[in-house]
Amino acid sequence: MIHFHYHDVIIVGAGLAGTRAAVEVAPVADVAVISKVFPTRSHSTAAQGGAAAVLNNNLKRGVDTWLLHMFDTVKGSDYLADQNIVEYFAKEAPKAIIEMEHWGTPFSRMPDGRISQRDFGGHQRTRIAHAADRTGHALLHTLFEQSIRLGVKYYPEFFVMDLILDEEEGDYVVRGVVAYDIRTTELHIFQSKAVMLATGGGGRIYKITSNAHEYTGDGFGMIYRKGLPLQDMEFPQFHPTGLYPLGILITEGVRGEGGYLINSKGERFMERYAPDFKDLAPRDVVSRAIYTEIMEGRGVGPKKDHVLLKIDHIGKDAIMEKLPEIWKFAKTYTGVDCTKEPIPVMPTMHYMMGGIPTHHETGEVVADVGPDGEVSKVVKRLYAGGEAACESLHGANRLGANSMTDTIVFGRRVGKHMVEILDTIKIKDLPEDVGKEQEEKIKAILSRNSGEKVSKLREELQETMWENVSVFRTEEKLIKALDKIKELQERYKNVYVEDKSTTFNMELKEALELENMLNYAEALVASALFRKESRGAHSRVDYPNRDDEHFLKHTLAFKQEGKEPLIKQRNVVITRFPPQERRY
Amino acid sequence: MKATFKIFRYDPDKDKKPYYKEYTLDVEPNTVLLDVLNDIKWHYDGTLTFRRSCAHAICGSCGMTINGKNRLACQTLIKDLDTSKPIKIEPLKSYPVIKDLVVDMNKFYEKMFKVKPYLVNDNPPPGREFLQTPEEQKLIDEAYSCIWCGCCTSSCPSFWADDDYLGPAALLKAYRFIFDTRDTLTEERLRIVNDADGVWRCHVIFNCVEACPKEINITEYISRLKLKVVTSKL
Repeated sequence: MIHFHYHDVIIVGAGLAGTRAAVEVAPVADVAVISKVFPTRSHSTAAQGGAAAVLNNNLKRGVDTWLLHMFDTVKGSDYLADQNIVEYFAKEAPKAIIEMEHWGTPFSRMPDGRISQRDFGGHQRTRIAHAADRTGHALLHTLFEQSIRLGVKYYPEFFVMDLILDEEEGDYVVRGVVAYDIRTTELHIFQSKAVMLATGGGGRIYKITSNAHEYTGDGFGMIYRKGLPLQDMEFPQFHPTGLYPLGILITEGVRGEGGYLINSKGERFMERYAPDFKDLAPRDVVSRAIYTEIMEGRGVGPKKDHVLLKIDHIGKDAIMEKLPEIWKFAKTYTGVDCTKEPIPVMPTMHYMMGGIPTHHETGEVVADVGPDGEVSKVVKRLYAGGEAACESLHGANRLGANSMTDTIVFGRRVGKHMVEILDTIKIKDLPEDVGKEQEEKIKAILSRNSGEKVSKLREELQETMWENVSVFRTEEKLIKALDKIKELQERYKNVYVEDKSTTFNMELKEALELENMLNYAEALVASALFRKESRGAHSRVDYPNRDDEHFLKHTLAFKQEGKEPLIKQRNVVITRFPPQERRY
Repeated sequence: MKATFKIFRYDPDKDKKPYYKEYTLDVEPNTVLLDVLNDIKWHYDGTLTFRRSCAHAICGSCGMTINGKNRLACQTLIKDLDTSKPIKIEPLKSYPVIKDLVVDMNKFYEKMFKVKPYLVNDNPPPGREFLQTPEEQKLIDEAYSCIWCGCCTSSCPSFWADDDYLGPAALLKAYRFIFDTRDTLTEERLRIVNDADGVWRCHVIFNCVEACPKEINITEYISRLKLKVVTSKL
């Protein structure tokens, strides 16, 4: 049985970007949010350290300006961010944060009652607004709560399988999405005037990640399977301080509050890699430093495969007030009491700088670029936001605390765009066979009684990505990874599940997620192969230098059935800050 | 070492009634129970069904009853469980079972929505943040960190007796806004919690405090609510 729904606006994903857009639209139009988990389970809730914005509440490192925030972000991006987008971001960030405060976010406070701000890597001023070390939770619950007040309709535990696309005046246009109810496995067709993909990132293609199990890049998969491009996918961010050995995030806020890294000799090694910023250098720099220490034999533990993060010197009271969750994670999972001893850490896959490319003015999803590197085609009324999108704000390396602000600044902007266009749009009938393809796909997986196991294929993918496509890369390893992904894609055609139930079939969902993972992993590796230089989080051992002449461009990867992905380049927007050598 | 996990199973598509299935496998003392469940699902029995996401106690998906106690699977280590006998894993009590360890939490969510879980301040906003001192913020600092896992309400005998009772999580949510110095809906909120299904159903049993994976002293906050209700002129 297929169910039909109409809403003016459909948002896929109930994290910060999606709910922020929903709150913008709800007062004037009928908006529904579809999420594969109950909204408060969305991965935004796991964000810890804070959200960057120029509030000038804490002047201990000097007066802050939007221009300085912009510069720090552009430099952090290794000059790959689009500067018109960064400027908009830096100017809008304070408003977006204050708005969240007015809606109830329980920010930590300064003695005079203003929002407390702390330090973070790559930021030259003390500009990180935070709610202890659970800022994502505080922001997400605030937005979810306000969306309830505004009557936003939720479809929780619905899995969106595909976009419904059509063509109109030389562009694509979105007409809705096809989803199924996880509880019943029945298909639901959602028709709408506009769609936003706020589906988050996809760290689960890696063996060790700070990302949630549900973080499987379904939006990336949906776009790429349709032949639409993914942008700058070669830049996954490895967060320097994942809790060893699980990879759970230990916020950069620990270093922001005065913590520092040490190796087996007890050396504060970041002083050698970043003489000015030291432990508060950007994440790409710190992750490379940790790996270098380990490769040169200065790692700690029996396997010498991690380093230590020291924070006890700031005192128990400060730790319990500013980093209570971190204290508990370390205690629970490793038995380490960080008020007395250092925390064992290693880099962990954390964030996708790349994603679904968007148009700088309209925010719509980019479908193609011309030979001049400019956008030539969009998907009308399809938007993307948050980690799923590549605006591009973060370029080749995101600064910590810029992503939470990104979600609310651009979630709000997408909401505003949608509100502006809704009245002008006429609804067209959907094709009669809508949903049939997805129904067949589910049937095929459920009816197969033998073949390839979902978990086996996924584990092989995660192992391959971790071994070959992590912090340091070479052509040889990337080719190995791409070959493996092709092999896994072939084997996936014969995927089967043991669970045949139509009630809450999580194994079926994992099978559909894996299809998405195998798709964007291909885009990621193909883009990394194409970029024969080192920039930001993309470190090619065989091409150790930045090459602005050939690669000061965004990478667009398009899927081609039975062939290598097609790679195109999109121009980078440079307005105020011409590329310089990047030193910290 | 070897450990045995005795897990509640029920699939309405094929089972007339629930049953327990035992799985014995190698585990390390530091293994997280959620990873054991994943191991079973991915390598031994693909039909075993449970919710999970963040894997570090912040999303609230994997609440379940482990050896009789409501906990998050992702925050429970094997070394903290008695492995000399089978470790019993069941769905959270008092919510209807959908399948295996997955429960229907709608009753829980309805209670959360009933207390108007959103900040209301109808004064024109200042051009900057509302000021709130650290001491004022501290009043809600613990209460806001609730993750909606449902472990507390499911452990509450008053809720077992009558599921119209708002329950500890919803009352904690009410507290979070009543004691937020920025909120202006205090009187209406107090009326909601003073209802027959409100604070007075709490008999200070402390099960919720024991169950809360975020170690929030929920009973204490409910007591503060009671005091606020009796000292306010409603």
